[in-house]
Amino acid sequence: MIEKLDQVFILLRDWLVQFLPADWQAIAATVLNVIAIIAVFPTLFAIVTVMERKGLGRMQNRFGPNRVGPFGLFQPVADGIKALTKEDVVPLCADTVVHFLAPLVLVVAVFMGFSVLPMGRNMVLADMDAGLLFFFAMGASTELSVFMAGWSSRNKYSLLGAMRAVAQMISYEVPLLMSSLAAVMTAGSLSLSRIVDAQNRYTFGLPHWYVFTPWGFAGLVLFSIAAMAETNRSPFDLPEGESEIVAGYFTEYSGFKFALFFLGEYVGMFSIAGLGATLFLGGWSAPLAILKWVPSWIWFFGKLMVAMCLFIWIRGTMPRLRQDQLMNFAWKFVIPMTLVNLLVAALWRFIGPGWTRWVVCWAILIGVYVLMGETILRKRHLGPRSYRYAE
Amino acid sequence: MTPVFCIVALFTLAGGLAAVTLKNTVHCALALTVALAGLALFFLRLDAQFVGFAQILIYIGAVAILVVFAILLTRSSEPEASGGIVSSRWLAGVIIAAAVFAVLGWAILRSAPALAHESAAPAVTVHQIGTALMGRYVLPLEIVALLLTSALIGAVIVAMHENGSAK
Amino acid sequence: MLGEGLLKGLAETARNFAGSFVSEERLTTVQYPEERVAPIENTRDFPFLVYDGDDWHAGMRCVACQICEKECPPKCIYIEKSKDKKPDFTGKPQIYPARFDIDISVCMSCQICVEVCPFEAIKMDTEFELSTTDRFGGLLLDKKQLSRSNEHYHKIHPTEAAEVDARLAEEKAKAEAKAKAAAAAKAAAPVAAPAKPAAEAGKPAAAPKPEGPAASPQKAAENKPESPAKAEQGGASGS
Ligand code: SF4
Ligand code: SF4
Repeated sequence: MIEKLDQVFILLRDWLVQFLPADWQAIAATVLNVIAIIAVFPTLFAIVTVMERKGLGRMQNRFGPNRVGPFGLFQPVADGIKALTKEDVVPLCADTVVHFLAPLVLVVAVFMGFSVLPMGRNMVLADMDAGLLFFFAMGASTELSVFMAGWSSRNKYSLLGAMRAVAQMISYEVPLLMSSLAAVMTAGSLSLSRIVDAQNRYTFGLPHWYVFTPWGFAGLVLFSIAAMAETNRSPFDLPEGESEIVAGYFTEYSGFKFALFFLGEYVGMFSIAGLGATLFLGGWSAPLAILKWVPSWIWFFGKLMVAMCLFIWIRGTMPRLRQDQLMNFAWKFVIPMTLVNLLVAALWRFIGPGWTRWVVCWAILIGVYVLMGETILRKRHLGPRSYRYAE
Repeated sequence: MTPVFCIVALFTLAGGLAAVTLKNTVHCALALTVALAGLALFFLRLDAQFVGFAQILIYIGAVAILVVFAILLTRSSEPEASGGIVSSRWLAGVIIAAAVFAVLGWAILRSAPALAHESAAPAVTVHQIGTALMGRYVLPLEIVALLLTSALIGAVIVAMHENGSAK
Repeated sequence: MLGEGLLKGLAETARNFAGSFVSEERLTTVQYPEERVAPIENTRDFPFLVYDGDDWHAGMRCVACQICEKECPPKCIYIEKSKDKKPDFTGKPQIYPARFDIDISVCMSCQICVEVCPFEAIKMDTEFELSTTDRFGGLLLDKKQLSRSNEHYHKIHPTEAAEVDARLAEEKAKAEAKAKAAAAAKAAAPVAAPAKPAAEAGKPAAAPKPEGPAASPQKAAENKPESPAKAEQGGASGS
């Protein structure tokens, strides 16, 4: 029974597929998988938007949306109807084709990322050997769509937003990749389901998640920072800083295309949070051995939701960074830290089991962190800035 | 010559053609990414997952972005008024293109699969690639790494120099 | 240490988050259509025209001098003068606006029209629920829609309205005194004759007569000389 519940979606799919002729079954199964992904994540998007708005409201001591439906739960429906019925305005001098393609490229690339994420036991669309690489390849393609959107709008704010977004994404892609490399190194595989399997073991009822190792913890923190920057979330939301450049690269989008951008942003967040959970939090594995009977997909989506709450919490807390702070933070703190972390992960592997590796690894990480933190704090540039071109 | 191959080839060729014929440089760059994506699909069709994804990650994710950045930072994206698309130094271009084509063709014709005339899909895993890179090809890898590092340092120095005494 | 401030901030927001469920006092907002906060006295949004007495048209203070029309930065006031005259609050016959429209979809609530009006005829309202389903012209209010009684003014801005009333009463008293003096002077000798045209031309500050300038309060003395200059500037830059 419990087995069945765990595999309920797989069984449902197989049951549906069996009505078809044998030749079609494989294709139909894939199509059903894709449909499931395309149905689940936008729904999650709707839930998360209302969660975010209410959560942010509470953090600012107000109610948040509470008009549409009980407790404002139908707010996303109203938002959706509004977005769909709005006029789709395309600027007169916009590059129409590119302007039209940009949101499509974004949404397609973002959804492709899910195809390699294991969302439960046996629940992965394409278990590729180079799954992680595929994920990052798709993530990299979103940059292009952001650039396309900003450039084709022929709007200075859009272009500025796109430039900021691309510069930021390129800078933070390096730490994103390098922090996940630590997990890859330990698991010895680029396949995400293999990485989950490597963490799905228990000693004394506790899981072997990578986050419980020194390098795993540091890796998760660095990964989250880079992920937030990658998805343009606050405090790294410069590309769409309302107070400076209206809405950044999607300033000139309205109606459905705007909704697509919004969707792409959130779905990108889900996928990157899912990746973080897979790499460091054991993917779909249960947090305690005695909880193994709970269906695996519940754990995956639970971890996803926890990550979302964290994202919202951070958004409700931190002010936006300035461009130079953003770049300095990436190149002077996050990237060196990921390099050190990679080294620590290698050490962890070569020292072998025992208490020495705990001491050594923690000592290195904390030492470097404190040292670097001190230097950053000591010469933080709070004085007047020097401008290169605008004197 | 399966239909999928034809479609991908068509896309790649169209992207390449558009990249050299379009007037707007940013359009050219975007068309180039289409061609690069087509190449990535070819790699994937040949079961070379690693190379295919690396192609997408590096060429579409980084190189294409760098190209458009370079275009935006150095010149206006408006189509230039002067003349057609053929530059005055077309002869040099043709010679370089022919030379590159000749070298590539020569390399392909001499390579093992072309000589053997068979296409059994080689089951190369990422693991094997990693072992090869860290074992047999470690020297070339290190040389490339050194080259890239020096290029990076050079770029930083160039940027600092432009900044002058302001630092 | 690096990151300390971030953790403090996170703790603060977490406290707010949890606290907003526990104690109602923390919630600073009100549920607007059902609950409202009383507007503070200096609230202002869009201009209205003040009238005295009961009849909005007869009591309208505006004399269609068009100063506000010229001064309005976004140029959202449209005035046409009337051909005939009607008595103003002192009983003197004055022209009045045949048309006085304000496009409040353009108005930016700067209150400049109020500052420049020498006749206390235009003031700022506090009503803000003005949305309409008519996209074109629904927010172009004509003089009838713009008219509010002096009592309304007293209700929304009591202090300010009291000051204005005192000033107007003083002005009226002075005007009556002046009219009496003028009548007396006319009876005595024809020397005072130039005073009247000067006052009528609306330039009491420039008039050398001792009673003429005193008749208008400091407001007129301040505003009058600079207003035409501003208007000229505006006109020059506009053309
Ligand atoms: S408040 Fe300002 S914008 Fe509005 S009508 Fe008066 S002068 Fe014009
Ligand atoms: S300035 Fe005053 S009196 Fe003159 S037109 Fe405007 S509202 Fe009427």
